Amino acid sequence: MNNDSLHICNESRRSFLLGFGAGSLLLAFGLPVLARAAETPRKKYGGEGTEHGLRDDPHLFVEIASDGMVTVVCIRSEMGQGVRTSVAMVVADELGADWSRVKVRQAPGDEVKYGDQDTDGSRSLRQSFAALRRAGAAARTMLEQAAAAQWGVPLSQVKAGIHEVADTKSGRKLGFGELATKAAALPAPDPNTLALKSPAEFRYIGKGKTPLIDNHDIVTGRAPYGIDMRLDGMLYAVIARPPVYGDKLASFDGSAAEKMPGVVKVMTLQSTPLPSGFQPLGGVAVIADNSWTAIKAREQLKLNWASGPNASYDSVAYRAQLDAANRKPGKLVRNDGNVDQALHGAAKRVTADYYIPHLAHATMEPPCAVARFADGKCEVWAPTQSPQDVRTELVKALGIPDANVTVNVTLLGGGFGRKSKPDYVVEAALLSRAMAKPVKLLWTREDDIVNDYFHAVSAEHFEAALDGSGKVAGWLHRTVAPSISSTFMPGIDHEQAGELNQGIVDLPFAIPNVRIENPAIDAHTRIGWFRSVYNIPHAYGIQSFVSELAAAAGRDHRDFLLELIGPDRQFDPSTQLPFTNYGEDPKLFPVDTQRMKRVIETVTAAADWDRKRPKGRGLGLAAHRSFVTYTAAVIEVEATPDGKLSIPRVDIAIDCGPQVNPERVRSQLEGAVIMGIGLALHGEVSFKNGHAEQSNFNDFLVLRMNEAPREIHVHMVAADDFSVPLSGVGEPGLPPIAPALTNAIFAATGERIRALPIRQQWVKAKHVA
Amino acid sequence: MLTLTINGHDHSFDGPPEMPLLWYLRDTLGYTGTKFGCGMALCGACTVHLDGTAVRSCVTPVVAAAGKHVITIEGLSPDGSHPVQRAWMTLNVAQCGYCQAGQIMQAASLLKNNPHPSDDDIEAAMSGNICRCGTYTRIRAAIKLAASEGSAA
Repeated sequence: MNNDSLHICNESRRSFLLGFGAGSLLLAFGLPVLARAAETPRKKYGGEGTEHGLRDDPHLFVEIASDGMVTVVCIRSEMGQGVRTSVAMVVADELGADWSRVKVRQAPGDEVKYGDQDTDGSRSLRQSFAALRRAGAAARTMLEQAAAAQWGVPLSQVKAGIHEVADTKSGRKLGFGELATKAAALPAPDPNTLALKSPAEFRYIGKGKTPLIDNHDIVTGRAPYGIDMRLDGMLYAVIARPPVYGDKLASFDGSAAEKMPGVVKVMTLQSTPLPSGFQPLGGVAVIADNSWTAIKAREQLKLNWASGPNASYDSVAYRAQLDAANRKPGKLVRNDGNVDQALHGAAKRVTADYYIPHLAHATMEPPCAVARFADGKCEVWAPTQSPQDVRTELVKALGIPDANVTVNVTLLGGGFGRKSKPDYVVEAALLSRAMAKPVKLLWTREDDIVNDYFHAVSAEHFEAALDGSGKVAGWLHRTVAPSISSTFMPGIDHEQAGELNQGIVDLPFAIPNVRIENPAIDAHTRIGWFRSVYNIPHAYGIQSFVSELAAAAGRDHRDFLLELIGPDRQFDPSTQLPFTNYGEDPKLFPVDTQRMKRVIETVTAAADWDRKRPKGRGLGLAAHRSFVTYTAAVIEVEATPDGKLSIPRVDIAIDCGPQVNPERVRSQLEGAVIMGIGLALHGEVSFKNGHAEQSNFNDFLVLRMNEAPREIHVHMVAADDFSVPLSGVGEPGLPPIAPALTNAIFAATGERIRALPIRQQWVKAKHVA
Repeated sequence: MLTLTINGHDHSFDGPPEMPLLWYLRDTLGYTGTKFGCGMALCGACTVHLDGTAVRSCVTPVVAAAGKHVITIEGLSPDGSHPVQRAWMTLNVAQCGYCQAGQIMQAASLLKNNPHPSDDDIEAAMSGNICRCGTYTRIRAAIKLAASEGSAA
């Protein structure tokens, strides 16, 4: 181990240590590093398995002012999942803080100091929960130690209560604020010696009664998003980017734009060679003294783009390519038994193909950032899910040392994976350096949709053999989609292991003969993570096909699905196949068919699955495991004789282990239902001549209230048992929604929808109603 | 030069009269609670009240507000105590919260004109406001809660 990694520094400018004040000792690396080094090397999972691991040092996360105000430092980005509230709940509970005296401060991006800060993969609480508890418990212990020292009594004689420490013999008490300075002078206790609270003692964790910590700021318009940041002397910029991925600026005439009052400068930004990764696409920037002038002046640019390798990208032709790829064997992903033999000997053979187009994230706050480059240093304020990547990319783009980059994380007006990519922050920084002034970079909605990191388009091909008793004897699945890795590396033409793990390798069905293949396809635009990622097409294909098989076998869909999953068992695909399991230990988080069946049983019971529906009404079911969580949804569709389809009710069940903040789990699932219905009904970005054909909410449609179900019922399946590890919440609600909806349309109308979005097919469906 | 009143304060504007009110509020005056979402009146994130009625500030030129009263989310109530704001907090409506200023301004305008809206009334009034996080069921419930708790005006 490198001795330099254990350093004690005196950092008086900041006050991350308990209590404020100069001379605070900052233990930047606590005991966990030493403890870890002493262990025999083993594969690390979860938060420990991330590049910078986890921290549980209370000095980093808890700050107590002399008036008793507790500040919890949140290292994950808030984008609507409620993480600022939930993180504070965990720390406050272990600390014994009174919620009315707790606030949250957002940490800047600094993984060396704070450990993993990535806010994606539904990981924040799943991976940080235990470390946050230790940080809170350590801070509580330090307050007790300070009180014992002050009173000159043994530590065992004092006990922390709510925002105070008591001498159990004399009854005297000291508030947290009164103890803060002395507690701050103490070293953090060994995490292995900490007494964590028992779940019975929790006051906030698992209770679902804590209001959002940012509620008041949000409803009064004072909550600071990235787009709201303002600096003195700040300029406003927009960029005309290549309309086709890989096109380059051949020439431009900015003279008309430059003449507009308020325009400060028109300048080129260098494009990044493909694949461009996290770096900007380049183009022509217009910098003005307000946003509107910059937007209007950009319209005056005369731009000539030289075509690159993707100039003929065409979604209609590409879909044909995907289908053609799926007609031939592809790279083998999983092979159990002998599928060919099973298909050959089938009593009934069923084949189906499914298609999901590209999707745009369309976060309500488009990408944006404020940057200030001065004296060789760069400070940015950005709505980012990935401050560590922002820092890395800024260092790369600006050629300055790591230490000269400060990344401030604002609130995010939606993330959904788009804001895991730092390209827009790099753009702001490059412009600030060029202008020698602070610059706010704005992406308009058109910029956002046209130049997104798109969710992968995908085609899913299935063939299955039903035996004489209607059981599935063989299952062939070919999945083909451009990989996210194509955005970062040349020559990528297959889905990568992490992508194939999303519902494919971990297919939880008891089928003797299974073959899964992944044919090759090249990417022709920027592909990126979108909430729940490849689980979207995989779940749509698999769960639609199960419904088709149930119908072919003349069986009830729920009963058929439960039988297909088969006996209760746990399995670990990693014993035979590459299986990343969302970074989690497959021993702790195996694929568990009992948990999968339980969410299905729960949601179908809640939706009254067995009740006969009147003509034109139908229920659709789908279930999926993602981010080591199990979800199942039942959607009710009503199709009137005049062809109008509506969605009166959705039930969704989740087993994500115990819930820190059940109220936010519910809201995440409500949101996933709405987003999932929107994607299924309307979500599509298509390309012609390399250009995205959609550009704003008039043609890239998202769900509005008049199409949303009036009733969404969320059902928590897992017991409130904190001995079970937490699993993901932000993403797992999404994958079952599209197939549950199309299965419901089938139940209501008899019409199968095998390509999304549904939009174009509603007219067709109504004739069957 | 034109004058208008914003959140009770008089302002003189000498910029281009066709400049959308949104950017005057945000960039010039610093009322950043009013959000940019689409620039085409498609999403409602920029909703403010113009003489008491909800309008999309991204397509409302400043000149259209001359001599009028503009209320932004910052001016809806002095302390977040408007019934709609209170209902939003009670039900924890927000997820990311970005669209909620527009939603709240739209809902306040609805309740002013229709103190007890039906589900259909709520859908008709609120379907111009997009929430990408998907908080519609809670928005609907919060509007009903605000309606039940008395005058929103």
